[in-house]
Amino acid sequence: MKDHQYEGRKFVIGGIALAIVVAYIIRLAFLQLMSGDYTAHAESNAFLNNVVFPARGVMYDRNGELLVYNQPAYDIMVVMREVNGLDTLDFCKTLGITREEFDQRMKTIKNGKNYSSYTQQIFMGQVSAKEYSVFQEKLFRFRGFNIRERTIRRYAYSNAPHVLGDMAEASPKDIENDPYYDPGDYIGKQGVERSYEKELRGEKGVQVLLRDAHGRVQGHYRNGAFDRKPIPGKNLTLSIDLKLQQLGERLMEGKMGAIVAIEPKTGEVLAMVSAPTYDARLMEGKERGKKMIEMQKDPLKPMYNRAIQGTYPPGSTFKTSQALTFLQEGIITGSTLYPCSRGFRFGRLKVGCHGHGAPLPLEPAISTSCNGYFCWGLYYMLGNRKKYKTVQEAMTTWKNYMVDMGFGYKLGIDMPSESRGMIPNADFYDKRYKNSWSGLTIISIAIGQGEVTLTPLQIANLGATIANRGYYITPHVVKKIEGGHLADSLLQKHKVNVDPKYYEMVVSGMRRSVMGGTCHSANNSWYEVCGKTGTAQNKGHDHSVFMGFAPRENPQIAIAVYVENGGWGATYGVPIGALMMEQYIRGELSPASEAKAQKIQERHISYSAR
Amino acid sequence: MQEQKSIFLSIDWITITLYVVLIIWGWFSVCGACYDFSHPDLFSWQTNSGKQLVWGGTSLALATALMLIEKKFYDTAAYIIYAGMILLLIVTIFIAPDTKGSHSWIPIGSVKLQPAEFAKFAVALALGKFMGEYGFSLNNTKNFAVVMGMIVFPMLLIVAQKETGTALVYLAFFLVLYREGMTGSLLFTGFATVVYFVVGMRYSENPMAYLPVSIGEFTVLLLAMIFTIGMTWIYCKDIFTLKLMTISGFGVTILLLLFSFFVIPFNFCPIMLGINILFACYLAGLALYHRSHKYALIALFCAFSSGFFYICNPIFQHLDNHQRTRIEVLLGMKDDPKGAGYNVNQAKIAIGSGELTGKGFLKGTQTKLKYVPEQHTDFIFCTVGEEEGFIGSVGVLLVYLLFIWRLIALSERQPDTMGRVYGYCVVSIFLFHLFINVGMVLGLTPVIGIPLPFFSYGGSSLWGFTILLFILLRMDAERNLKNS
Repeated sequence: MKDHQYEGRKFVIGGIALAIVVAYIIRLAFLQLMSGDYTAHAESNAFLNNVVFPARGVMYDRNGELLVYNQPAYDIMVVMREVNGLDTLDFCKTLGITREEFDQRMKTIKNGKNYSSYTQQIFMGQVSAKEYSVFQEKLFRFRGFNIRERTIRRYAYSNAPHVLGDMAEASPKDIENDPYYDPGDYIGKQGVERSYEKELRGEKGVQVLLRDAHGRVQGHYRNGAFDRKPIPGKNLTLSIDLKLQQLGERLMEGKMGAIVAIEPKTGEVLAMVSAPTYDARLMEGKERGKKMIEMQKDPLKPMYNRAIQGTYPPGSTFKTSQALTFLQEGIITGSTLYPCSRGFRFGRLKVGCHGHGAPLPLEPAISTSCNGYFCWGLYYMLGNRKKYKTVQEAMTTWKNYMVDMGFGYKLGIDMPSESRGMIPNADFYDKRYKNSWSGLTIISIAIGQGEVTLTPLQIANLGATIANRGYYITPHVVKKIEGGHLADSLLQKHKVNVDPKYYEMVVSGMRRSVMGGTCHSANNSWYEVCGKTGTAQNKGHDHSVFMGFAPRENPQIAIAVYVENGGWGATYGVPIGALMMEQYIRGELSPASEAKAQKIQERHISYSAR
Repeated sequence: MQEQKSIFLSIDWITITLYVVLIIWGWFSVCGACYDFSHPDLFSWQTNSGKQLVWGGTSLALATALMLIEKKFYDTAAYIIYAGMILLLIVTIFIAPDTKGSHSWIPIGSVKLQPAEFAKFAVALALGKFMGEYGFSLNNTKNFAVVMGMIVFPMLLIVAQKETGTALVYLAFFLVLYREGMTGSLLFTGFATVVYFVVGMRYSENPMAYLPVSIGEFTVLLLAMIFTIGMTWIYCKDIFTLKLMTISGFGVTILLLLFSFFVIPFNFCPIMLGINILFACYLAGLALYHRSHKYALIALFCAFSSGFFYICNPIFQHLDNHQRTRIEVLLGMKDDPKGAGYNVNQAKIAIGSGELTGKGFLKGTQTKLKYVPEQHTDFIFCTVGEEEGFIGSVGVLLVYLLFIWRLIALSERQPDTMGRVYGYCVVSIFLFHLFINVGMVLGLTPVIGIPLPFFSYGGSSLWGFTILLFILLRMDAERNLKNS
């Protein structure tokens, strides 16, 4: 029986079906075509990017001695949501903690800033290997807990903390500067750890894991097609000689200052001591922050790397650079005689000097460290209106020599925070003296006083340049990068615009000062030492400075020693420099030298008066 | 012989093609939903995809068997089947073990069957048989009551099995009643109820700008007024009453609004309620005066509409916390992506991340990693959305639309009322499942746990839908036979 009365209602019912389907298609279009958020959301849901940390490069000294390495450490992690039916007693016993400690730790986690019960939280950091193995065995009983392996940086010796540097968690700024870092990553903070961060760190790998709704890992996405293996960091061989460094630190005990030793041919830094120093191992692991604050409070500033950050008046060691400048500019010749009547006198101006024969030519002037000679030299240079139209032009010429020799600007050592020191130029004096000045006004710069300051590194580099008879290689502390090469700038040869024959004259002068001048205590029968003392005037007690190299021919080591308030250059600078050179060239100290070293080590300077 | 041949030629192959397309498409979706990255075996009996393949195969066998059962059999046995099914539903309540809180699954060997899924065709057959009987009229109160009983009784039994979702499917039969002449106003009343509920609950706590009046309360009362006047206009054409109600109703409402806004702000909803009650009384009076049940029904509607908010709101406030949260999340009153809204939120992420072309077969991460609960059963449409994208999802919906339209056509061409009623029962059930299931996955309808036919994993539902469909196809194939 057909029923036509209500047949039209089939269109209503068919229409309802159509309306539903159309409405759903519109909704689908909104969800799938209009909004990209859902895709991102699905990905963050499902993919767990598990970072695999590479082994950080280790560091050796120049003789292959291991200085810095990685040690496995274990963090006990917990995912709060998954903790279930924990036998707290057994757990505490396994880790050797008390019930109260356990509760305290759990509370600390829950009050943490970024706490989430779904994610891994550190329950206990850096447990020992022994605790780890016991815990590992029982791990299956402690639901929600697991172990995260990581490494901590270890320093094999206490020495050279300023060179090696240290590591800490990357700061928000570090993370902002380099997207490589994630919160919680470690980054080199000081020294080589920082300057060679990119080489040492290698490259993090990643495992793209699939994670289900309960956070359980379901395996590698597409069988690991998107995984990336970590690239291990490169090992470094430092140019530092551990034995030499250790001796240097010994000799500087109880003193403030720095020693820098350089291999002249290569620019490799053999030792870099900054005193007072600290134990490199203090910076390991969890205690770093605390120790750092302690040290920053220390008025002697042990963290401050005086060798490259400290700027000091170079004193008489600077005279060698003056001699070279005057010779090259033709102001003096090797036989030019200048008077010295216990100093440089010009009208009421007087720069004092000590007793020696006068007038005298260049070589004895160097060996006796005659102030008068070099003051006259600078006076004649800046006053030479035949050669230079104005004093400014003369000053600029002078400044260019200084810069050429590596002063006034950073040398570009492969370490962070190098200072540039100070070489004044014509503008500087124009401003200071309102354009009315002459050589006399600024005469003290000729003897490494006044406005001139250098870093101990720059002084050592001056020694290296003289040893090389006129060139230097940018000083650097890393000798070799395993599977890489040093930056070109570190291997670059800087030729100083002074004739090598003039260098030879200065070398002779420095040799004379060892043979019978200010540095005679550095003399020995094994090899020819060349040296120059400095006694840098200071508001308090004078600084004791030594710059030298040995042997005279084919020099193996150039050195600068700077002892704050050490008095005469001969008091500390010369003997310390001599011992360092002996150690490096002979590989050991003779018994007599050893006794001398012991004595110097025990002689402390009191800085409390300052 | 001649008869068999005629029947074979009359089989509606279009429907069967659509059915097979849906089953195969559904199987691939189940594969996608159940695929385990660590055990990539689609055909093993251990996996859901393997089981579903078996269910699919047996369904085809079942379909073939059903094609052999004559319509006469159903004509004779409709009430017996119905009675048997009611008995089975009752027994199930007591013998079924607790499965996630539901008592609707009977374990038979290694598989579990859900009688509620099979009860649908029994109810459909009984409805067809009863409504096809000579002299049946929906306007006959007794007949109507019997029909209501036939629908509501199994519903209650299924509710007792704690399968409320499945029970709600029986509401779909009202669409059949509508086709068979039930007044549209009843359907409209249902629609109005849903609107009252959504608007009333959603905005019950939101005050109007500058006025101490709940937007939800005000809107529901205003809608009740509008609907009542509209119904009077459509059904009674009583110009005087119409004018009276329009002027007094809207006039007073506007005056109240103005007064409250400019003079003294106060909650004038009780006055509106009073007007609505007056309308209801007036209409009831007219009903008595004219002896017209039309006025009576409108009066009833008016009273129901006016009272709905005041009955519903306290009930809503006293619901269990988790039930209330579910409703609140659905109505958009609460954002709760980890709790009650978790399923729907994750489902939306799954579908949204499919974009235009999807992630590819077996490549969806969201569904495979079990972010979407019930993703192989009730939330299967997520897998379609994620792996096949917009194109695939729209494809499924369009195939469904064709399928439903085709079933409407089949129903309409039935030579007798029983066939037509049965056919519309099938249409309504499929439509309801599609509406609720896809709607909940898309976050548009409440989360009611009912499967998407042919897609959701599960033997009972697949068999149930197959039986439902092929009884109709057999009836349809017999349409050209002379009544013997």
